[in-house]
Amino acid sequence: MTLPLFFFYLFSAIVVASAIMVISSRNPVHSVLFLILAFVNAAGIFMLAGAEFLALILIVVYVGAVAVLFLFVVMMLDVDFGELRKGILQYAPVGIVVGIILLLELLLVAGSAFLVPEAAGTGVLPIDRGVENTRALGQVLYTNYIYLFQACGLVLLVAMIGAIVLTLRHKPNVKRQDIAKQVARTKAGIEVVKVESGKGL
Amino acid sequence: MTPVIGLGHFLTVAAILFTIGVFGIFLNRKNIIVILMSVELILLAVNINFVAFSNHLGDLVGQVFALLILTVAAAEAAIGLAILVIFFRNRGSIAVDDVNMMKG
Repeated sequence: MTLPLFFFYLFSAIVVASAIMVISSRNPVHSVLFLILAFVNAAGIFMLAGAEFLALILIVVYVGAVAVLFLFVVMMLDVDFGELRKGILQYAPVGIVVGIILLLELLLVAGSAFLVPEAAGTGVLPIDRGVENTRALGQVLYTNYIYLFQACGLVLLVAMIGAIVLTLRHKPNVKRQDIAKQVARTKAGIEVVKVESGKGL
Repeated sequence: MTPVIGLGHFLTVAAILFTIGVFGIFLNRKNIIVILMSVELILLAVNINFVAFSNHLGDLVGQVFALLILTVAAAEAAIGLAILVIFFRNRGSIAVDDVNMMKG
């Protein structure tokens, strides 16, 4: 067994095991932590597949942002998770049947897939092994795929605005700074009081 | 240069991951947070497929597409969790069974 293959099996075993723990863990905090483990090892798989930039982006975006967001929400919401786990096995038989059928179909497709050898290297953007992955991605992302890139930015902008609009709320009893009100104040309502020391007002 | 690891290996791992994600949705039917995490697992499986095919065919487009999926997944998680937070604020619970306010 070659070294890359060994690491591939190691990473995939950890990914699959932690994915199972994500869905079966009793405590959602543990689920999130196992999700982080799954993402880190998936980044290893990406690295083995030659997608170095995506591997590191996976760690930065998922482990750094998405998983922490999940962790934040899980810890912020005071949810009785024991209550949510009641009747958890009610739909498990259906799930197992659907899962097994899905897995068999996917594995059949994966096992019987056959690619004509001549098809390799005839893609739209053949990978030049002499160029680093990050440089190659950057060269096409800002030229050939600039519209997709901008659309991605738009999606993120809409998501950001949506999340802010959804969660923003003004409590009635909270005092906020009103600059216009501050500036509009005149001396009329102000009184300077000479306070004798030791007496108070 | 031929890839050291065969395409079938990647596809198998992605298939298993995808199935675990779908099964997670069935298993944690009441807990939206775990359902969102299962969706993330499914998207991860899809990304593994894209990257594997990109490597196998020597075509960079797969990686560009995987990048776009990553973006959409991040946006989806942010919006989903925001909806979850306001739902919890209104109802005091995140059980999926209670989500029938829009039935009319």
